[in-house]
Amino acid sequence: MTASVPYASQADLGGRAGFGPVQPEDEETRFHAGWEPEALALVLAMGATGSWNLDMTRAARETLPDYLRLSYYQVWLAALEKLMLERRQLHPDELAAGRMLHPPVPLARVLHAGEVAAALAAGSPTARPGARNPRFALGERVRTRLHPVPHHTRLPGYARGKVGTIAKVHGAHVFADAHAQGRGEDPQPLYTVVFEGAELWGAGAAPGLRVSIDAWEPYLEPA
Amino acid sequence: MGEPDPHPHPHEHSELDATELRVRALQTILLEKGYVEAGALDAIVESYQTRIGPRNGARVVAKAWSDPDYFDWLLRDATAAVASLGYTGRQGEHLVALASTDQVHHIVVCTLCSCYPWPVLGLPPVWYKSAPYRSRAVRDPRGVLAEFGVALPPEREIRVWDSTAEVRYLVIPQRPPGTEGMSEEQLAALVTRDSMIGTGLPNAP
Repeated sequence: MTASVPYASQADLGGRAGFGPVQPEDEETRFHAGWEPEALALVLAMGATGSWNLDMTRAARETLPDYLRLSYYQVWLAALEKLMLERRQLHPDELAAGRMLHPPVPLARVLHAGEVAAALAAGSPTARPGARNPRFALGERVRTRLHPVPHHTRLPGYARGKVGTIAKVHGAHVFADAHAQGRGEDPQPLYTVVFEGAELWGAGAAPGLRVSIDAWEPYLEPA
Repeated sequence: MGEPDPHPHPHEHSELDATELRVRALQTILLEKGYVEAGALDAIVESYQTRIGPRNGARVVAKAWSDPDYFDWLLRDATAAVASLGYTGRQGEHLVALASTDQVHHIVVCTLCSCYPWPVLGLPPVWYKSAPYRSRAVRDPRGVLAEFGVALPPEREIRVWDSTAEVRYLVIPQRPPGTEGMSEEQLAALVTRDSMIGTGLPNAP
C-alpha cells in the first residue's frame, strides 16, 4: 500500500446491519475444505519466522479490498501472500508458475517440526509489566477517541467518541497501533471499558445490554 | 479434515478448486525455498485437529463447578488457573474467565477479526468469524442467542465482551441443576463449546 491511499479497514463490523442471520454449527467440524488446514499451517509457520508481527498480519487482512467477499481462510491466504510479496520472499511469477523461480531470501528463523508444540504452548504474551503506570483507575469515567486514524487500530468504530467506565486495569500491553506500523512495541496501559447499551446504540438499545472493549490508554481521555 | 460445508453457496465449487490450487502452489514454493518444513506443517494441523479444542475448556469448567477454590482462582487469575491444567499459549496468553449467573449472562465476540481463546476452545467456528455474528453480537445479542435456540429471562443482564486486544475470554456457564454428585469427567461432557462462548448453555444431565 502506498502512503497516498487512505487506510480503510474492511473488518470493523460491530453494529453494522445487513449481514443476515448467524448459522450455528456443531463443535466437531474443524474445517470445510482440505486446503483450509494447509492454509492455517502455512500462515502459522510463516508467522513463526518473525518476518512480521501479529498486528501487521491483522493490518494486511483488514485492508484487503475484497475482505467481505472472501472466506475466512481465503483472507488469511491473501494476507500471507501480500506480506510475503511486500518482503520479496515470494514473487508474482512464482505464484503463477506454482514453483520457485527466484532464490529464497534469508529468514530470521524457520519453525521445525520438533518445535511446534513448544511454540504453540508458549504463544506471544503481550503484557509488559512495569512499562508505564496507568493514568486511569477502576470505576473512572472515560471518553474514547472520536476520530478515525490512518492505520491499524483496535478501537472499533461503534465505540468511538463514547463514554464508558473503567472495569479492569490490565497493566501495560504491546500497543497494537504502533506495533502494526513497525514502530516497536510502545507498551501502553490496557483497560476494559464498559458501555451502557444506550450510549452505543441510542434509546432503542436492547434493555439490560452492556458491552465492553479492551482499550489502550491512547484511545481514552477523562470524561 | 474436509468435512462438507453444510451451507453451500452458488459457485463455491469452482472458487474452492481455485483456492485449493493456490494453496498447493504456495505450499510448494515455500517448501522449495525452505521457509517452511513439511513436518512442522503436519504438526500444526495435528495439534488443532486432535489436541487443542473445546474439550480442554470443558475440563476447566467442570473443575470450576467441582472445586470452589479452583473456581475462585479462575476468576482471579484465569491464565494461571488454566495453565495449571496444561493449557497455555497461542491466542490464550492472557485469559479472563467470566462466570454467568442468574443476574448476568456473558457472551464473547471479536468484532474486528476473530480473537478467541485457542488453548481452551481450539480454532474458532466459522460463525464466530462471520460478518453476521461479529456485526450483531454487540447490538442485538438476544436476537443472536435466539438463532442458537437460547432464550433468557427478559430481566437478565446481557454482558457482551468484545475482544479487541490480546485478552481472551472464557465463559463459565452456570452448572446445570440435577448434576449433584457427578464426577468432573461426567460434568465436562455436559459443557458445550457454545456455552463457553456464551451463545449456548450446557446440556442437561
